[in-house]
Amino acid sequence: MKIGVPSEVHTGEKRVATTPEVIKFLQKLGYSVAIESGAGSRANFSDNAYQESGAEIISDTKTLWESSDIILKVRAPEKHPTLNIDECDLLKEGQTLISFIWPAQNEVLMKKLSEKNINVLAMDSIPRISRAQKMDALSSMANIAGYRAVIEASHHFGRFFTGQITAAGKVPPAKVLVIGAGVAGLAAIGAANSLGAIVRSFDTRPEVKEQVESVGADFLLLDFEEDGSGEGGYAKTMSDEFIAAEMALFAEQAKDVDIIITTALIPGKPAPKLITKDMVSSMKDGSVIVDLAAEQGGNCELTVPHDVNVTDNGVTIIGYSDLPSRLPTQSSQLYGTNLRHLLTDMTPEKDGQMIIDMEDEAVRGATVINKGQITWPPPPPKLSATPTIKPPEPTPVIVEEPKKPTLLRQSLPLVIGALMLYGLGSVAPSSFMTHFTVFVLSCFVGYMVIWNVTASLHTPLMSVTNAVSSIIIIGALIQISSSGTLLVALAFIGILITSINISGGFAVTRRMLEMFRK
Amino acid sequence: MSEGLVTVSYIGAIILFVLTLGGLSHQETARKGNVYGMIGMTIAVLATVFGPEVTSNIHLIIIAMLIGGSIGITLAKKVTMTQMPELVAILHSLVGLAAVLVGYVNFMDESISFPTHAEKVIHEVEIYIGVLIGAVTFSGSVVAFGKLSGLIGGSPLILPARHWLNLGLLILSIWIGYAFVQQAETGGAMTYLMIMTAIALLFGIHMVMAIGGADMPVVVSMLNSYSGWAASATGFMLSNDLLIVVGALVGSSGAILSYIMCRAMNRNFISVIAGGFGTDTGAVTGGTVEDQGEVVPVETDEVANLLQNAKEVMIIPGYGMAVAQAQHTVNEITKTLRNKNVNVRFGIHPVAGRMPGHMNVLLAEAKVPYDIVFEMDEINNDFPSTDVSIIVGANDIVNPSAQEDPNSPIAGMPVLECWKGTTTIVLKRSMATGYAGIQNPLFFKENTRMYFGDAKESLDAVLKELQ
Repeated sequence: MKIGVPSEVHTGEKRVATTPEVIKFLQKLGYSVAIESGAGSRANFSDNAYQESGAEIISDTKTLWESSDIILKVRAPEKHPTLNIDECDLLKEGQTLISFIWPAQNEVLMKKLSEKNINVLAMDSIPRISRAQKMDALSSMANIAGYRAVIEASHHFGRFFTGQITAAGKVPPAKVLVIGAGVAGLAAIGAANSLGAIVRSFDTRPEVKEQVESVGADFLLLDFEEDGSGEGGYAKTMSDEFIAAEMALFAEQAKDVDIIITTALIPGKPAPKLITKDMVSSMKDGSVIVDLAAEQGGNCELTVPHDVNVTDNGVTIIGYSDLPSRLPTQSSQLYGTNLRHLLTDMTPEKDGQMIIDMEDEAVRGATVINKGQITWPPPPPKLSATPTIKPPEPTPVIVEEPKKPTLLRQSLPLVIGALMLYGLGSVAPSSFMTHFTVFVLSCFVGYMVIWNVTASLHTPLMSVTNAVSSIIIIGALIQISSSGTLLVALAFIGILITSINISGGFAVTRRMLEMFRK
Repeated sequence: MSEGLVTVSYIGAIILFVLTLGGLSHQETARKGNVYGMIGMTIAVLATVFGPEVTSNIHLIIIAMLIGGSIGITLAKKVTMTQMPELVAILHSLVGLAAVLVGYVNFMDESISFPTHAEKVIHEVEIYIGVLIGAVTFSGSVVAFGKLSGLIGGSPLILPARHWLNLGLLILSIWIGYAFVQQAETGGAMTYLMIMTAIALLFGIHMVMAIGGADMPVVVSMLNSYSGWAASATGFMLSNDLLIVVGALVGSSGAILSYIMCRAMNRNFISVIAGGFGTDTGAVTGGTVEDQGEVVPVETDEVANLLQNAKEVMIIPGYGMAVAQAQHTVNEITKTLRNKNVNVRFGIHPVAGRMPGHMNVLLAEAKVPYDIVFEMDEINNDFPSTDVSIIVGANDIVNPSAQEDPNSPIAGMPVLECWKGTTTIVLKRSMATGYAGIQNPLFFKENTRMYFGDAKESLDAVLKELQ
């Protein structure tokens, strides 16, 4: 089958749905790939690079759409500015379109597409299950958005992020508050942290505390118990009391921090308003707010979607909704790889024949239109990436206390040992007891000497003790002067084999130790 | 040389042997320790040869030592470092055999007389015990050698009612020992000594056969301990303090070493010796293995990329590295990465490989500097800040179910927590299980990448990519 990748037509969109690197993998799956001339130029992938990786370059848009079986895109189809025709109308029966669709928000588009009797896979509808993480384009785009949010903030922020003490004076580090610790939030925390800022974060889901701390931020806790974990790893709407407590926290933080990055979204609902007008006016002159929820209405009351505005008290509010597109090379590469993973799963035979397997949970979730039939929304996924229902069940697990050895158990071996020694002492002659004393003392010396051995030296230690244990040669040496050929012969063999052990053991230890070096 | 001088020489030798063991406990003093051992052994041998007890046949001593010495040195030179466990095991068997021979000679030598009856009885018992331990050491070491070199299969051989069998053999030995002492008066004891030797040999074979391959390090160390006890028993028999002391040193150090290793594996020392680990686990795991999800395979260039862009890399070698002889490539990769300012470190699990310290020896052979090689306890807390962990042919020692699944047969065993790092790359030939025969959920973790293929070939390819 042939894959076609057209140029993106949305104003300001710089991404492209595939990269030269991805094309090599797609060819291994048995597909041939065609790309519209100049499709990758805004993401710094030249036509030459595509050609070198084996793609066909087609300059005419219509020919490309016409000749492909599978169309890979970033944005959902829209009106083509130069051809003056809707991209939906370029699709023909039997084709498959894979791109972002947002079926919930785009009912008209869905209807239009279904009339074409085609297959449509929405990258935004890939279920959030562990298996499908490699094709989760939302996550990979959110990651980029989070990173870029910090970069945009630093661009508009008049100071360093990191604290420094210089000859020209002390520079305090910037304080960053990240609200919402999803993929974007965590990426933002990581980026701000590596620029040297002091980062704090808040999320309604307490289980992300560990993740937040792992990327280097302090997790702000509310003195309020309510779990905000919704299905599929997303957040849900919280109770009024909780929101009040939360707002108080934000109001307090707003006075302190220099930069606020908000990423709070609840699926299918307008973004919650978390940063009020009052909070913004309480912020310091020169502070920056980056609102990643701008497209869904914004987390800040003063956000102007898709644009940057500066308030009267000098707070810059960034409402860009195209942050991934502002890192086009990176986002194209990740998006292309997400697509590639999806296609890999859909091409089990690696023969270039795509199969839409509605039994496959990931594919089922993404397929919003199958042969002209709207199949959205899919049945709820069976498994969530993070465990959803996990109230610590008060199961009657009897915690078995580690059995403390009773006094009797502890002392029993000692008592037995002592009794045996006494028994021995009462019958054994004194010559034996002197040897026995030596023996017991040596055991303790051995124990003391060995107890702290470095683990890396276990093998040399073993081979040297092996060599040392051939001290038994002394016995054979003494016996060689016995009378009788048999005895002498046995003693001779004894000396021979222990000599092997002595020389072999020491030599091999030496060889090993020679190799240990700094 | 007078009796007094011999004793003084023996004291000197004993001190040198203690210094040997002490020296071998630490990296800096290890080489010196080995030299002390050689000097000690030389002094002990010379003092004995020139002492009052050796009166004739000195030429035989020289011949035997020359032959034995050259065989030993040739062996030590020829052996490759991956064959180390086998060599140590077969050398142990020689000590065991020598103990048996010395015991027999001592028993047959009629020139020894005793002032009291009690001393004679004790002497007979000493001979009996010396031969017993020697024979167990001998046959056990031979079987261990066979298992380690692959001549005998690695899986444990479990006879029905094996504990009763062992107990029966023990009681039988004690009874024969009693009969042996009784018969020693009349001269018919030789038969009993031989029967006991045969039983002891069988016992040694049975004991090691019942121990699974994963526990081999403990067994080798335990046999090491036995060879010490055998020497010590011989010392009692000959009334020779040097033998008693040195034997006890070796015996107790070997026992401690085995104990340290058992602790590292969270195993009960007794149950390892009793054997049978890894046999009754199949049924337990059968139920817990669910749909684990799928693994994410990677290609060479991706591995190279991951490594190049990492700041902290942890390499965790296992038996697979030894099998594939990949340690030199690992070292080359380490060097290349370190030149690119990637901090590469090694995390060594105490029971990685088939012998204690096996990995350290292999890495040392490849000239990996030992100050970047760390023990599990030293680096286990560093995994959260590690960018890439590479698992080279290890399995059970990085199995998270030891911590997460209380039903797992390795539950509670300390493991290297590589899954806490950013990415883990697992080099593996296939999806087969490790020595413990259990599935490893690590492979199905989201941040794990599987890089299938022979460890050496895969790493060579990565190295090429890196350069």
